[in-house]
Amino acid sequence: MPTVSVKRDLLFHALGRTYTDEEFDELCFEFGLELDEITSEKDIISREQGDTKAEGASDVILYKIDVPANRYDLLCLEGLVRGLQVFKMEAPRYRRVSPASSEPQRLVITEETTAVRPHAVAAVLRNITFTQERYDSFIELQEKLHQNVCRKRTLVAIGTHDLDTISGPFTYTAKPPGDIRFKPLNQAKEYTAQELMSLYKTDSHLRHYLHIIEDEAVYPVIYDSNGIVLSMPPIINGDHSKISLNTKNVFIECTATDLTKAKIVLDMMSFLLWENILEPTGQYVHSDYPHSISDFINRKVGISESTEHIAQLLTKMCLRSEVMSDGEQIEVEIPPTRSDVIHACDIMEDAAMAYGFNNIPRTTPRTYTIANQLPLNKLSELLRQDLAAAGFTEALTFALCSQEDIADKLLKNISETRACRISNPKTAEFQVARTTLLSGLLKTVAANRKMPLPLRLFEISDVVLKDESKGLFVYVGARNNRRLCAVYYNKSPGFEVIHGLMDRVMQLLEIKPGQGNGYHIQAADDSTFFPGRCAEIFACGKSIGRLGVLHPDVINRFELTMPCSALDIDIEHFL
Amino acid sequence: ESHSEKQNSHYRSLFGFAVTSMADTGLVETLLQRVEKVDGGLDSQDVATSLGVDHQAIVGAVKSLQALGDVISAEQRSSKHWELTGEGCEIAEQGSHEARVVSSIPEEGMPQSQLMKLAFGKVGFSKAMSNKWIRLDKGHEGGPRIFKTVERLEDLVRDKLLLVQKGQASQLEEKEKNELKKRKLLSEVTVKSYWITKGSCFSTTITKQETELTPEMIASGSWKEKKFKPYNFEAMGVALDCGHLHPLMKVRTQFRQIFLEMGFTEMPTNNFIESSFWNFDSLFQPQQHPARDQHDTFFLSDPAQAHEFPQDYLERVRKVHSEGGFGSQGYKYDWKIEEAQKNILRTHTTAVSARMLYKLAQQENFTPVKYFSIDRVFRNETLDATHLAEFHQIEGVVADFGLTLGDLMGILHQFFNKLGITKLRFKPAYNPYTEPSMEVFSYHEGLKKWVEVGNSGMFRPEMLLPMGLPEGVTVIAWGLSLERPTMIKYGINNIRELVGHKVNLQMVYDSPVCRLDS
Repeated sequence: MPTVSVKRDLLFHALGRTYTDEEFDELCFEFGLELDEITSEKDIISREQGDTKAEGASDVILYKIDVPANRYDLLCLEGLVRGLQVFKMEAPRYRRVSPASSEPQRLVITEETTAVRPHAVAAVLRNITFTQERYDSFIELQEKLHQNVCRKRTLVAIGTHDLDTISGPFTYTAKPPGDIRFKPLNQAKEYTAQELMSLYKTDSHLRHYLHIIEDEAVYPVIYDSNGIVLSMPPIINGDHSKISLNTKNVFIECTATDLTKAKIVLDMMSFLLWENILEPTGQYVHSDYPHSISDFINRKVGISESTEHIAQLLTKMCLRSEVMSDGEQIEVEIPPTRSDVIHACDIMEDAAMAYGFNNIPRTTPRTYTIANQLPLNKLSELLRQDLAAAGFTEALTFALCSQEDIADKLLKNISETRACRISNPKTAEFQVARTTLLSGLLKTVAANRKMPLPLRLFEISDVVLKDESKGLFVYVGARNNRRLCAVYYNKSPGFEVIHGLMDRVMQLLEIKPGQGNGYHIQAADDSTFFPGRCAEIFACGKSIGRLGVLHPDVINRFELTMPCSALDIDIEHFL
Repeated sequence: ESHSEKQNSHYRSLFGFAVTSMADTGLVETLLQRVEKVDGGLDSQDVATSLGVDHQAIVGAVKSLQALGDVISAEQRSSKHWELTGEGCEIAEQGSHEARVVSSIPEEGMPQSQLMKLAFGKVGFSKAMSNKWIRLDKGHEGGPRIFKTVERLEDLVRDKLLLVQKGQASQLEEKEKNELKKRKLLSEVTVKSYWITKGSCFSTTITKQETELTPEMIASGSWKEKKFKPYNFEAMGVALDCGHLHPLMKVRTQFRQIFLEMGFTEMPTNNFIESSFWNFDSLFQPQQHPARDQHDTFFLSDPAQAHEFPQDYLERVRKVHSEGGFGSQGYKYDWKIEEAQKNILRTHTTAVSARMLYKLAQQENFTPVKYFSIDRVFRNETLDATHLAEFHQIEGVVADFGLTLGDLMGILHQFFNKLGITKLRFKPAYNPYTEPSMEVFSYHEGLKKWVEVGNSGMFRPEMLLPMGLPEGVTVIAWGLSLERPTMIKYGINNIRELVGHKVNLQMVYDSPVCRLDS
């Protein structure tokens, strides 16, 4: 969730009233926001850098507010105020104004950009006045959009320019880095694009964006009709066209790899801070539902409000709505700032919010169904109870582990484990999905060496194996396998104990000792076990697992000191 | 080893007194006879003195009598009294040093050097001198010589010590006693003793008490005549050698039970590896969504890709993302099959819900369903005290015609009621595949505030309609983690103390049964 930091008093002034912290928190809750923190610049500096550094810093109270990830329109003070004025019946309208004395500006996109950053959209804000606050808001909104919807400039990059310092038409093109040369923002001299990339390698802010175009043959660049560089997106603007408090006309360009997102971002930059300057470009959502939107809303929310009231609810949420002449349909106008509205259900949600989620009557669905347990889980639950009754304690270990845990430490070669490998683990703990429960149990023993002996542990859970079988509507090349694993750790190996446990499990599963349809064990070779102390378990003619005394090297590698015997079986055979 | 030690000490504490009392039944009986004869009571020290036995033996007798029930009552007291020191005893026996000096000097006197060689010489000489019992002739021929000046003397020091030895220290004045104490002949000691009186079951004869009921006693009926030694109910019972279930799994069992009580069928969630298609795309989660980042999701390098999605459905999913449809404008971006094919460790069990709903949509006639699952999910997130790379997600899903947001809140109310949570409120939230989305808050009486307990919502039409579900069908769902309520239930602050191989097994051994509603 993005967090927006606003000055409390400015916010209250804009809202036209003051709130106590509790009242404001309540208002946020109803609107789906979260008042995350009440602080001040002074508090923040003092917390991060100590009291001395904080001296003289502003102690104006700041509200830090978490906003939903899809509500880009709430990323600045102005947007928040608009959203929170739930009871202000006046929704803003947007008009497009053509310049009185000239043709509209044009941005020409050349073919070369397709190789690197194919989309660009632009707008002009005319006759605006920046106050310091508004200016700060404008810059901060740009930054918030860059961090969120623009996905750190990869999807969209925003450039803003003082239109009076440049002249159109503008050209968006792409050139080899050596051919681009300009004076970048806040630098004293000109650099080539190549030089800039190395200059910004050490820049704490800009270095994070270099990778977006670094390896490309051509870099994106925007020129004006006199060849002045406006920007080299998504890295830096030119110094020539930078905006200031005195700027009256702003040229906004958004270059992008995703055109839809570019349009959303341009709308936010154009409309959020200034109302009543542009005409609605926003969409009307055409509902495919046979019934009217108010009927749809009533049915989905579980209320029965009149069409007029539904229209009022939507208008409260800044979705200007009017009941049409047939008295049933509502025309809902979606402002360009509400890019999150893409379906009638999004409108329905706004109506429900305006109604108040907590005012909706809570009802019980009449859906009649019979419950069923998943047979595999039912079996696991029953066996767990009886393993505990047999004196074994349940462990709960991780499904992800290091390659070493399932291979080297168990004296196995990783290639024979059928392990699924994770491509982006942050640490070695998450290299593979486990192929056995044994390593987790042995690590549990190792962490509990101080506990009285013997230690008797078990776990019934899933391992993951590479597998060719098909799942439900998909083939991923792997499957889970439900295992029962138990260890007995004591001064003597206790093979007879683990053997007794296996006999008990078979008894619980109603399988009698014997060949054929019964169960039996026979000597087996397994590198994890001490030679001559491992047996394979067969039930109903199928091999279902192993039991035995662990190899002393396994004991050592798990940093244990006592002998240990183990049982490991696949319980999916018993479904 | 420590286990068996614990058990031994346990038995000792239970039967220890009875065992020592067996040593001397004669003394016990003598003590009882003494108690019978007195009107008020007896001091154990006095009994010991008069019987000429060690006081500890009397204490043993008292304790074994106490263990028999209310035969006697014994009240512990402590008193101070004066006792002779070793040197004091010597003087009481042989006389004070100064008296012995006088008696050892013959009429013709004794050379001083010879006197000093005697053990009591030095101290006795100076005391006898100051008492003027002797005189020293320094100029005597042959060296300094000592003569006695008195024929008879009164050895007061010895007399006083004899008084104390007889137990008549009270006849001496405090000053005198302190002076003797200064000379290290007397010391003041604290004596613990019992004041013994008759108990309500007083008797001078004691029957032999049995330790335990035996099969023979039951067979012969002899238990009817026998008396049994009382147990020490202060002791703990023996720690049993039993197995235990893990507390998180106990809570899982309870949640499973709640869903089953509410008529929910369990979904097959035993597939940790999931395709991006079913984990994200089918849920209308756009391919550029941050949750699909390397930073948030574990991707697989082997097996890296999934195949064999239902082709016509996949096409409808592609279309609703990239072009819209089903009443939606879509996200309008270039949807790529390669992204959908990427294998991941599932980030939520909703991937399974999606496949179950798709399966439901393939039925000839729609039937309403209620589904649930509780299983592991994986996030490649930053780890802290409450976040691990894997956790258990609890999920409930209901699909039927005409379900409402009010139904979702109603069913959540019933579900949380079964957890003992009655006060709920709902906050609008954002989730790419539900609209509306609601965070569920409950009022925490302990913390005196509203805390988030789960997430919920109605699945978006862009998710349901491409699957082929009828238009009037609404699907409501909610989810929460299993670990969080468990940590609250068992008062655990660090998730590593609950889950994984580093947990302390003692915590598992000690964890109580799980009743979520109490």
